[in-house]
Amino acid sequence: MSTRTFEHVGTRPIRHDGVDKVTGRAAYGADVSLPGMLHGAVLRSPHAHARIVSIDTSAAARLPGVKAVITGADIPPNSAKLMLGGEAALDLHDMGDNLLAHDKALYHGHAIAAVAATSLDIAREALARIEVVYEPLPPITSVDAAMADGAALLHDKYKRNIANRMEFKRGDADKAFADADVVVDREFRTPMVHQGYIEPHACLARTGEDGRAVVWCTTQGPFVVRDASAAILGMDPAHIKVIPTEIGGGFGGKIVVYLEPLAIVLSRKTNRPVKMVMSRDEVFRATGPTSGSKVRVKLGATRDGALVAARVSLWYEAGAYKGSPAGAGAMCAIAPYKIPNFFIEAHDVVVNKPKVAAYRAPGSPIAMFATESAIDDVARQLGMDPIEIRMKNAAAEGDQASYGPKYGPIGFKQVLEAAKNSAHWKSPRQANLGRGFACGFWFNAGMSSSATVTLNPDGSAAVVTGNPDIGGTRAAQALMVAEELGIPVERVRPIVADTDSAGHSDVTGGSRVCYATGMAVIRAAEDVRDQLRARAAKIWNVDIADVGWERGKAVPLNGAAKDQQPLTVVQIAAQMPHTGGPVVGRAAVNPPMAGPGFGAHICDLEVDKETGRSTVVRYTAVQDVGKAVHPSYVEGQMQGGVAQGIGWALNEEYVFDANGVMENAGFLDYRMPVASDLPMIETVIVEVPNPLHPYGVRGVGETPIVPPLAAVANAMRDATGVRFTELPLSPPRVLRGLTAD
Amino acid sequence: MSKLHVTSIINGEPVEFLCEPHESLLDALRNAVGLTGTKEGCATGDCGACSVILGGRLVPSCLVLAAEAEGQTVTTIEGIADGERLHPLQQKFLEHAALQCGVCTPGFIVAAKALLDANPNPTEGETRYWLAGNLCRCTGYDKIIRAVLDAAAEKHPKVSA
Repeated sequence: MSTRTFEHVGTRPIRHDGVDKVTGRAAYGADVSLPGMLHGAVLRSPHAHARIVSIDTSAAARLPGVKAVITGADIPPNSAKLMLGGEAALDLHDMGDNLLAHDKALYHGHAIAAVAATSLDIAREALARIEVVYEPLPPITSVDAAMADGAALLHDKYKRNIANRMEFKRGDADKAFADADVVVDREFRTPMVHQGYIEPHACLARTGEDGRAVVWCTTQGPFVVRDASAAILGMDPAHIKVIPTEIGGGFGGKIVVYLEPLAIVLSRKTNRPVKMVMSRDEVFRATGPTSGSKVRVKLGATRDGALVAARVSLWYEAGAYKGSPAGAGAMCAIAPYKIPNFFIEAHDVVVNKPKVAAYRAPGSPIAMFATESAIDDVARQLGMDPIEIRMKNAAAEGDQASYGPKYGPIGFKQVLEAAKNSAHWKSPRQANLGRGFACGFWFNAGMSSSATVTLNPDGSAAVVTGNPDIGGTRAAQALMVAEELGIPVERVRPIVADTDSAGHSDVTGGSRVCYATGMAVIRAAEDVRDQLRARAAKIWNVDIADVGWERGKAVPLNGAAKDQQPLTVVQIAAQMPHTGGPVVGRAAVNPPMAGPGFGAHICDLEVDKETGRSTVVRYTAVQDVGKAVHPSYVEGQMQGGVAQGIGWALNEEYVFDANGVMENAGFLDYRMPVASDLPMIETVIVEVPNPLHPYGVRGVGETPIVPPLAAVANAMRDATGVRFTELPLSPPRVLRGLTAD
Repeated sequence: MSKLHVTSIINGEPVEFLCEPHESLLDALRNAVGLTGTKEGCATGDCGACSVILGGRLVPSCLVLAAEAEGQTVTTIEGIADGERLHPLQQKFLEHAALQCGVCTPGFIVAAKALLDANPNPTEGETRYWLAGNLCRCTGYDKIIRAVLDAAAEKHPKVSA
């Protein structure tokens, strides 16, 4: 595998969906319409926590043009059944209650009722005529408030607001701390932040007299939308077809269903297609950001820089229903390092905020912001280089990961080495800048994927999967088919199909599409190749064992058919009608695990000490990706993850008032990085092949959002001498920190 | 309230459409005119996904009333290519892999065209500040800026002394 030379993999062709996207032809969630369609809109709770006493929809229903009004009574109450939703288990009861509240509004923006009308103006007018009587309850807006004595309970069934707790340990951390030469003990906090995809959630549902529904929507998981909608509404999944549109960003936030079941119910009640599109305000208030958090980290090291003990306690906001990524954070917190003694505990805390959803390496950035900041402090106290201390403690093949399994071949040390040798690290640090270094880890996911490769009579091919393409996976899949069949990548047509047309695939998430779906694509292309060998054997009248495959051609082997010239794919394809008919390859895979991804980032930060404003002036991301199939899109994933991480570090945060109302639910005040905020982002791709994948692919998308939080904070520490432990490092907070003493 | 009748030149063609008095140009383009290449990311003028060129000026079409397009020329993403030939910016976005999900791409290309119309040879800093009104959440902007600078360089190669 590692010795294989590639002809197509590793090149940078123009993506197959590119022309549609630069010309405006590509159709996203809100771009699909049908004749006679109605427009849906959602009434949302003005309270962060309230009992719903009554809902009167009669005045809304009477408004001309209103065709249906629904409330929680139209969503059957589900038992607490779990289904797999990619990187988090989805609880059908909670998802159904989140779709339309049944008894209580659990956050500001919680859906209360929905309307379908002949125009959006009429639908909105109808919302204003729905009369809801609320009994407001005290809002819980932080993990501290949630865990305080006598705190109001969100869910009576839990008896407290900690929905889950997990712990794991190794060795004797207390004893090791007592023997350590240096101990750092700090508490860190991060705010709730949003994925910030530019395309709001949108869907169009059409039901028929036969009870069947077709749903067009922007989603990372069309099969999740189908199965969750069916389970929540008590429908047969065989009666729902989900057609994924192009998706305008997801980052984990487009796995849960928010609109689709509502549109199905409204369409059923009206017998007309119903379109629903969220506003940006609704996206912020009522979809799934990631947790605000509190993390306590204690690290102990000996004088030579060996980390001997760690204690990490994490409290993550789950939002209104259980299910924060605290457990994943706990598993990632010290994953890159061999620390013989540790105790790690994670708490999943419900609060009156929107229910969190997956966000790129869910849980890891929060946990590793804390641990990578603490390691920086340990290195400072020991007078050690930040790369040196990490190298000394770095996990490698054969080491038992803190979260359980023994590592296979991993590239953490190679990443550290590449960072040390990077142009950025070797460049002299300018006097007015701070330089920060931090690492990141993500598991990457395997899960289920299917693929079909069909050969056309002209020798071109199509590859069909069920994974919406967010970051360039179609181009990667076309490269894989081109590689296996030896045909030009431009002659491969990659297709994202609907749930009736593609074999089952789990979500586009977990950095798994290039890895797991890619594995299915390669196997399906190999299936085609083996069938082509059989066709060549037939043409040559020899045994298939006497036909080999080299660079896109069937070649005679073992002296059989030795007078025959090799046959190209085009030549064999032209003969298909006479050699057995069409050639279709298929494959399905279910890898239980993937190849872990490690990254190391370097950040140069300029801090204006009069205003507290800071600017990233140089940034380098180093990552082991296993194998870069399309290097441009690998770089793009790294650069995009960095930009999101820098936003999280410097400016992004949900600001809530005392009543639990988000005060900055728009792109003006929720301040994501713009082009003038960032420098070019340098990338260094490290390739330590993953033995689980035929090309060595690991997956790339999530790891790069993990290091920036601490890389920026460590640069801030370097620039100012102040250790900031709470994000974001916005100008007011930095200014307060600089003037504190 | 009855709808307003508006006549505009959209992408070089005379177009008539009906709109509500309060309707945005973005909604009219996407619904009444059927040009869905212009995207809504926020409807508050903060993300630039709905960028169009109205009467020679770059605007977020979500903050313009549809009725204001009366008698004006409007260029949307659908009008950037020259027939079957992509605009150099479109070509450079493809070559530089300057898009991932692609939903911000129409706005970026329209805004970048307005930049190059006004300043054919911008610096990196000028390009970054001009495009600061367009949000991209996938790329970190690196490849977008390179694509725009490359398109400018190709059109106006730097003359060596």
